[in-house]
Amino acid sequence: MSRAGIGLAALTTLLVAFPAFAGPYALSVATLILYFAYTGQAWNVMMGFAGQLSLGHSLYVGVGAYAAGALFFHYGIGPWVGLWLAMALCVAFGLVIGFLAFRFGISGVYFALLTIAFAEFTRIGFDHLDWLGGPGGMFLRVAQRDVWDLANFRGPPLMYYYAMLFLTVAAFLLCFFLLRSKAGYYWQAIRENEEAAQALGINTFRWKMAAVALSAAMTSVSGVFFAFYYNNLFPEQIFHISRSIEIILGPVIGGVGTLFGPILGAAVLTLLSDGITDLLAALGWEIPGIKQVFYGIVLLAVVMFLPHGIWPAVSRRLGFHK
Amino acid sequence: MSLDLVVNVVIAGLLTGLVYGLMALGLSVIFGVVRVVNFAHGEMMTIAMYAATVLFAALKLDPFLALVPVAAAFFVFGYAMQAGLINPFITRPEHSQFMLLVAVAIIMVNALLMIFGPDARNVQVDYQLESFEIGRILIDKARLYSALVAIAAAAALFAFFKFTLTGKAIRACADNYLGAKVVGLNVKKYYSLTFGLGSACVAVAGCAMVLLVDVTPPLGPYYTLLAFVIVIVGGLGSMTGALLGGVLIGVSEALAGLFIAPSAKSMFSFGLLILVLLLRPQGLLGKKQ
Amino acid sequence: MNRRTFSRNMAVAGAATALYPFGIVRAQAQKLRVGVVLPKSGVQGFIGQSCQKGADLAPGVIKEMLGVDIEIMGADNESNVDTSRTRAERLIQEGAHVLVGAFDSGQTSAMAQVAEQRGIPHIINIAAAPQITEQGYKFVFRNFQTAPDIVREGLALIGDLFQATNTVPRSAVFMHVNDTFGQAMAKGIGAFMPRLTQLPFKIVDTISYDPAAKDLAVEVSKAKASNADFLLLVCRLNDAILLRREMVKQRWNPMGIISPGSPGMYEEQYYKTLGKLSEYSISNVPWYNPNAKMTKIVEKAFLKQNPKDKLVFHGLNAGFTFEAILVAADAFKRAKTTDPKTLADAIRQTNITEKMTLGGPIKFNAKGQVEGIGSACVQNLNLTPTVVLPKGAATAKPVFPVPGYKKA
Repeated sequence: MSRAGIGLAALTTLLVAFPAFAGPYALSVATLILYFAYTGQAWNVMMGFAGQLSLGHSLYVGVGAYAAGALFFHYGIGPWVGLWLAMALCVAFGLVIGFLAFRFGISGVYFALLTIAFAEFTRIGFDHLDWLGGPGGMFLRVAQRDVWDLANFRGPPLMYYYAMLFLTVAAFLLCFFLLRSKAGYYWQAIRENEEAAQALGINTFRWKMAAVALSAAMTSVSGVFFAFYYNNLFPEQIFHISRSIEIILGPVIGGVGTLFGPILGAAVLTLLSDGITDLLAALGWEIPGIKQVFYGIVLLAVVMFLPHGIWPAVSRRLGFHK
Repeated sequence: MSLDLVVNVVIAGLLTGLVYGLMALGLSVIFGVVRVVNFAHGEMMTIAMYAATVLFAALKLDPFLALVPVAAAFFVFGYAMQAGLINPFITRPEHSQFMLLVAVAIIMVNALLMIFGPDARNVQVDYQLESFEIGRILIDKARLYSALVAIAAAAALFAFFKFTLTGKAIRACADNYLGAKVVGLNVKKYYSLTFGLGSACVAVAGCAMVLLVDVTPPLGPYYTLLAFVIVIVGGLGSMTGALLGGVLIGVSEALAGLFIAPSAKSMFSFGLLILVLLLRPQGLLGKKQ
Repeated sequence: MNRRTFSRNMAVAGAATALYPFGIVRAQAQKLRVGVVLPKSGVQGFIGQSCQKGADLAPGVIKEMLGVDIEIMGADNESNVDTSRTRAERLIQEGAHVLVGAFDSGQTSAMAQVAEQRGIPHIINIAAAPQITEQGYKFVFRNFQTAPDIVREGLALIGDLFQATNTVPRSAVFMHVNDTFGQAMAKGIGAFMPRLTQLPFKIVDTISYDPAAKDLAVEVSKAKASNADFLLLVCRLNDAILLRREMVKQRWNPMGIISPGSPGMYEEQYYKTLGKLSEYSISNVPWYNPNAKMTKIVEKAFLKQNPKDKLVFHGLNAGFTFEAILVAADAFKRAKTTDPKTLADAIRQTNITEKMTLGGPIKFNAKGQVEGIGSACVQNLNLTPTVVLPKGAATAKPVFPVPGYKKA
């Protein structure tokens, strides 16, 4: 097994064993990291694979969350069914956006703005849908939390941690195999030079649509998780553009298009955020806003000096060949 | 629904739209030439608004007068930002550029929070709450003045780009990056100049805006998004396009608010954006790429 | 030490405690550590910082009044749900015995779930979404009105206002932000108005607007065109300021602006920014009793810590935050332990009659909610939020209609 493979296996084992020696706080942070790692990976499919910059990914998280949430809230239907509705709806949304964009030849910055417009449009729309709670939010009934109830996805934080870990590993493996498949090669060809790919006979439209659909479907699962982990949904929060930005921070910092980038990026950013808060508290500099200034500066530095993200640099150091 | 009401609302929408257009002017110039998505645009305007409040508090300077020094300062600041920070990024992929400016925006917003605190600030000039009365039509003075400034600024920029040598050089860089370099133009310098100009515009917009809206640190993102909608709708790089886009958004939002539901009027703008992106991506007055 | 000596020591300690029913065993002279989670940065930064003032003065006042030592552990949730959750976990890990927070319903709900999961009492200072206390939590308590409470009290006070000023407005235009408050109000008004037959007015138009809107010309034009007698407004701070200005620009002078329960018009920024224009606006909100003994003590402490400020501008935010901590301290005093389960049981037995906010005693029902928290009719008089109703807590008489009223 290659060095990378061994490293990965070691990391996975560590993550599986993590709860045994981590306190509840560390566990909650870890769950958050995995959440962003997974969602970032899902976004990465659209960006890294098909080269389409989506700045409105909160749309899929929100639609997925509300779909599963509404089924549970109104009809008591559990998340395993809700999951399918969530994915179906998100794929539909994604295909519509993809279709509109690709058929009309919209790409690059314009595509990004289109995705923002759709997310914002949906946010305001959901604010007016009283059946989904409207601006007052949808509160899912919070049940007992000591026993693992997988059917309704209720249980202790440990369950959520493992669920998110499972999703992250699954997403990683999925992307790993996809990249090495025919689809992966087509996607990379399209990303590098779409016209050349077309000239080679690749139906770029179909493959780009596939990437969008896959990304949307994967992201919708994040939404379902979110709904059942936080148990309340507000359009203002879940569809907000700041959420979309949060999603892409991980992959961009970690390394767009790489497999491990989103995971590393999510970890680094969350730990950085907490680390800065702690450092500032220790120094006694408790001025509101100062933490985010430091955070922004680090972000700036990484973007300026590590243009391809942290992971490529780190993996070179560790001697993993790609 | 009386005619008076509709007319008043449309006029208000028109004037507000011009002010939005003023705000988008700077972005149009920058985006049209440098092709960088300035996601810190709204934050820059917020800084300009704070600058106007500080000058007012210290010197009782009317924002319309303050806009001269503020615009000058912003020109320098914008030039430096492009030269130092953004120029190395023009060849980088969009998501990197985006991330760069998001980081800048985060730093700006929170630095403002640290310096000024979370409370709103504003200026208090005499004519701020007065209106001209023409029959049954009421026209808000502050909005009218800002709208006039918007038109003046657009005209000035237009003249600059059409008649001066520097302006023409900048347009050349925008139209054909390679060609401009071949001809010997120092494209990076012109980019910096453009960002400086665009920033000066933002400063002017901020000084006008502070008469209408109180400034708080998290004000930026709302305006950034709005500016992008206007620029796309109106057309990249077109001065009149920015104003027209602003007016279109202003009036359509006003009418949507009047006849449908005010709380959904932003939906309308985004819907309009989607339509324009699909049907005429270069915008109403933009050139086809 | 082996098991036998350990048991023997326990027996001795137990006997000692039994012999000293009033005394607190030396080892128990602890501090109660209260973890306060608030949005101190981000969009709600100014509210969180206002609430924090209530927390900052708490240790001193509580020591003086109850003789109990408390330590405040603060955390900023950055107006963010994720951060709310992790900060709550962090505070618990660092030894918080009780949690207080967080103002925003989403952020509060996230904290509440953590508290419930870990069995740490969470006392909500401010958060109006009714669902939070409908979840069957055993460790979550709220000393604040729910949105339906706020509506009901607010509307009733409007009736009182008209009676007290002998006015009979026939029509109102209802404007509201399209957010949690606004939506709850709209629903509540639909539900409660038909039953409150002493209210003489009808709502002739309802205009909902976007809380983020920076231009409210259209909304005010519509409201003015409705020719209503007065404006019934559910708002937030920034839009309240915009609206008031727009009303002047459009020369609309109704009988008055009354909020049946929302933030905005009683906040300091409203006065600072609008000056004289802020006069006479009315907000019916949970508030503190200016004549209560505890209010005076808190006010003194507030002035010492904030010499350039006035408590009245932070009445709601600081007042309820202080009271939440008071509840924790009171339970600690009775329970004589920092064990969370015992504390929670003690909180359930709370019956504080000597308090700062209006209304009945602080007593939690089975769902952990305090019923009977009173609202006050707070009118802006002389650039200060002034309680004008109920009579017992009033420090001035209400003014309605406003002097500038011009019948359209």
